[in-house]
Amino acid sequence: MIKTEWTKSKAFYDEYFRNPNPDKKSTHYCPGCGHGNVHKFMAEALEDFGVIDQSIIISPVGCSVFAYYYFDTGNIQAAHGRAAAVATGIKRAHPHSIVISYQGDGDLAAIGTAELIHTANRGENITVIFINNAIYGMTGGQMAPTTLLGQKTTTSPRGRDAANEGSPIRVCELLNTLDAPVYLERVSIHDVKSRAKARMAVRKAIKNQIDGKGYSMVEVLSPCPSGWKMDPVDSLKWIEEEMMKVFPLGVLRDRSNEIQPRKIEKHYPTREEIKEQLGLNELKDKLYPQTQQQQYKNPAIKAAGFGGQGILLLGIGLAQAGMMEGYNVSWIPSYGPEMRGGTANCHVHISDKIVGSPVVSYPSILVAMNRPSLEKFEKDVIPGGVIIYDSSLIDVKPSRNDVEIMEIPATKMADELGNTRIANMVILGALVGYTAILNKNTLIDTLPYIITRQRLIEINKKAVENGFDFGANKALKGCPQN
Amino acid sequence: MTRELLKGNYAVVKGAILAGCRLYFGYPITPASEIAEAASNYLPLIGGTFIQAESEVAAINMLYGAVSGGIRAMTASSSPGISLKQEGISYAAGAELPIVVVDVVRGGPGLGNIAPEQSDYNQIVKGGGHGNYKNIVLAPNSAQEMCDLTRDAFDLAFKYRNPTFILTDGFIGQMMEPVSYAEPKMEFPREDWAVYGDRESKRNLISSIYLDPDELEAHNVKLQKKYEHAQEKEVRYENYHLDDAKFVVIAYGIVSRMVRSAIDQLRKEGLKVGMLRPITLFPFPKKEIKEMANHGTAFLVTEMSNGQLLEDVRLAAEFKVPVYFYNRMGGNVPGSEELIEQIKIRYQQS
Ligand SMILES: Cc1ncc(C[n+]2csc(CCOP(=O)(O)OP(=O)(O)O)c2C)c(N)n1
Ligand code: SF4
Repeated sequence: MIKTEWTKSKAFYDEYFRNPNPDKKSTHYCPGCGHGNVHKFMAEALEDFGVIDQSIIISPVGCSVFAYYYFDTGNIQAAHGRAAAVATGIKRAHPHSIVISYQGDGDLAAIGTAELIHTANRGENITVIFINNAIYGMTGGQMAPTTLLGQKTTTSPRGRDAANEGSPIRVCELLNTLDAPVYLERVSIHDVKSRAKARMAVRKAIKNQIDGKGYSMVEVLSPCPSGWKMDPVDSLKWIEEEMMKVFPLGVLRDRSNEIQPRKIEKHYPTREEIKEQLGLNELKDKLYPQTQQQQYKNPAIKAAGFGGQGILLLGIGLAQAGMMEGYNVSWIPSYGPEMRGGTANCHVHISDKIVGSPVVSYPSILVAMNRPSLEKFEKDVIPGGVIIYDSSLIDVKPSRNDVEIMEIPATKMADELGNTRIANMVILGALVGYTAILNKNTLIDTLPYIITRQRLIEINKKAVENGFDFGANKALKGCPQN
Repeated sequence: MTRELLKGNYAVVKGAILAGCRLYFGYPITPASEIAEAASNYLPLIGGTFIQAESEVAAINMLYGAVSGGIRAMTASSSPGISLKQEGISYAAGAELPIVVVDVVRGGPGLGNIAPEQSDYNQIVKGGGHGNYKNIVLAPNSAQEMCDLTRDAFDLAFKYRNPTFILTDGFIGQMMEPVSYAEPKMEFPREDWAVYGDRESKRNLISSIYLDPDELEAHNVKLQKKYEHAQEKEVRYENYHLDDAKFVVIAYGIVSRMVRSAIDQLRKEGLKVGMLRPITLFPFPKKEIKEMANHGTAFLVTEMSNGQLLEDVRLAAEFKVPVYFYNRMGGNVPGSEELIEQIKIRYQQS
């Protein structure tokens, strides 16, 4: 019979002060329960390795939900099935700590299966102690994923039937298909010899973590006399005669000696490093002059075309330049109903007032780079507004006669520069050249912010300049008002 | 002033890092994925950690674990992902963990769509998971606020030891606006409740269990006190032309931007309309609304959900004045033009 009173390790509290039970010396586990034994192996190991203070134990939901009554370590109580995720979080927060995820079979192999597998697969440098008692102990003896075929539980009253409930899950074997785990062993605590082995396995799983070797799991076949409705002695026999047939003991994997320890040094960045890495140092303080003319002041711009024509970038260029001149700006990509119908659009405000709605339903400037866009949005332009369209791609003319219309063979001009894809920049230049809502210099200086590939900046600059000259020229001559 | 043109989603991450966030646990979901992407880019550069979790459930529990260590960490997701996180959020509320969560709301219910909605109001502002708890909830309406309120969220979370949310939507997340930055926060005092993996902190326990009904009741009473305290101290709202307003529109997040434009137009036409924009949704500006109701001011609540904000306004106004309602759902964002129309109708009625 398993003894429930312990020779106390220093990793246990002297008195279990958190236990509401008036008896502060005994555990809350049933007589003959395996949890206490395994706690003892853990406590011994933590003490022997001198890591009690830096240890953090994750209590699961299950009978060991109160593991924190006992361990004089840091303690975190986790939601049902999530101990491995919680362990991941605290281990990543404090890599020097020794983190043990302690879980039952319902917790680990049913509700927490995803966390189990992915924590193992990431090779988290933690120790998982898995108590396989083939039943849900805490909730009163329901079927677990590890319940044996034919085993009667309160939710498999006629015995577990593979046809209805599937077969018991072998967790060690499952994890053994993954690359990352370092050490996987299944042990038992049904007799003195097996307990000695279990003790060593728990030690190794903890030592591996201390040495920075990675993920270790020990599965312990453990008696639950209450759940099994057996006396403690029969329970031990049942492990040997029934459980071990389904869950063979042994080391499934041990790469402890092959693995190079990983030492994780925590890096604390300086103020300057943070600013540097966030790119805050690159932000220019230089403010460009504002020279908006009354006529086109505080423009609400809509730019539209096919996806791939660089419409969004055109808009970003306007917003970026506007910001550099100290305006309030906003940019949004097409939204809601506008996303339908094969056009890509964006809305830009450049204003000396705070921008309210970033949406531009009625643009004062419309850029159309394909025919559907022109046809769709022409009617929305406010009287006195401007329509700019790519006449090399659009073979119709706008019919409005209360707006200014500038046609520009942008794609043709881009082709002449040797790159069709910079038609958007030609138009960007032309828009600014024509309306003077921004300065040419600002626009040119905007390019490094919006063009990611440095080698393309020069040709984009050329496109903007050619467009600008075209637009400025049109402005001088005046555009036809249909 | 040095400004950067930045998408709201990216502004969240920069704000978080400047606030001292060093760990991020995420799971991809549109329209919040960019937050995870930006975090995966920046955090490793400053000695931080990014983990793409196996699910939102795992992510929130990793966050629970990390924040148990007394450090600043976060997660972000969008509506269906937030639904999955609710158990973990409830645990964090119970264990009084200062987690920071961003919800970039999308259209629902179910898979819905990826367009902006405000339909997570109830699941965030009213708690959402099980138990008697509340989140502190901040609702930005610009890229700048995405940055600033995320930074503030960490401070509030730690001040109150309470889950703190940024409630935003895909529209604000995608919008680019100039953002200017505060200096990075560098000093982080040791938290006396946290588990650091050392001798001084090892008697600390992070847990939400209180088996004894009296103890759990006492714990709940303590939580309610905390919420009352936050209600007293932390209410934030924007007052837009409230001082002489005869009629007040109440809206938060992106909708408040459309309302602002509508009010600018209506003011030109001589209508005395103002806007109260809650910046904190919990704590809610109840007192302010009640005072206006006492003066007989009628309200129009406008939201991109089915009357979730409306309920709070009605409660605050104590049914003393008409509270009109105009909403859109499904990812449709009300334009300022339609709001102008709605406000005019109600203005004349009131
Ligand atoms: C989300 C959730 N679902 C269900 C439960 C109820 N519950 C508590 S313990 C438990 C099973 C525990 O069984 P196991 O993990 O095998 O541990 P044991 O009690 O056998 O040690 C369940 C289902 C819960 N607490 N939370
Ligand atoms: S129910 Fe089973 S697992 Fe739980 S304490 Fe009792 S014997 Fe142990």
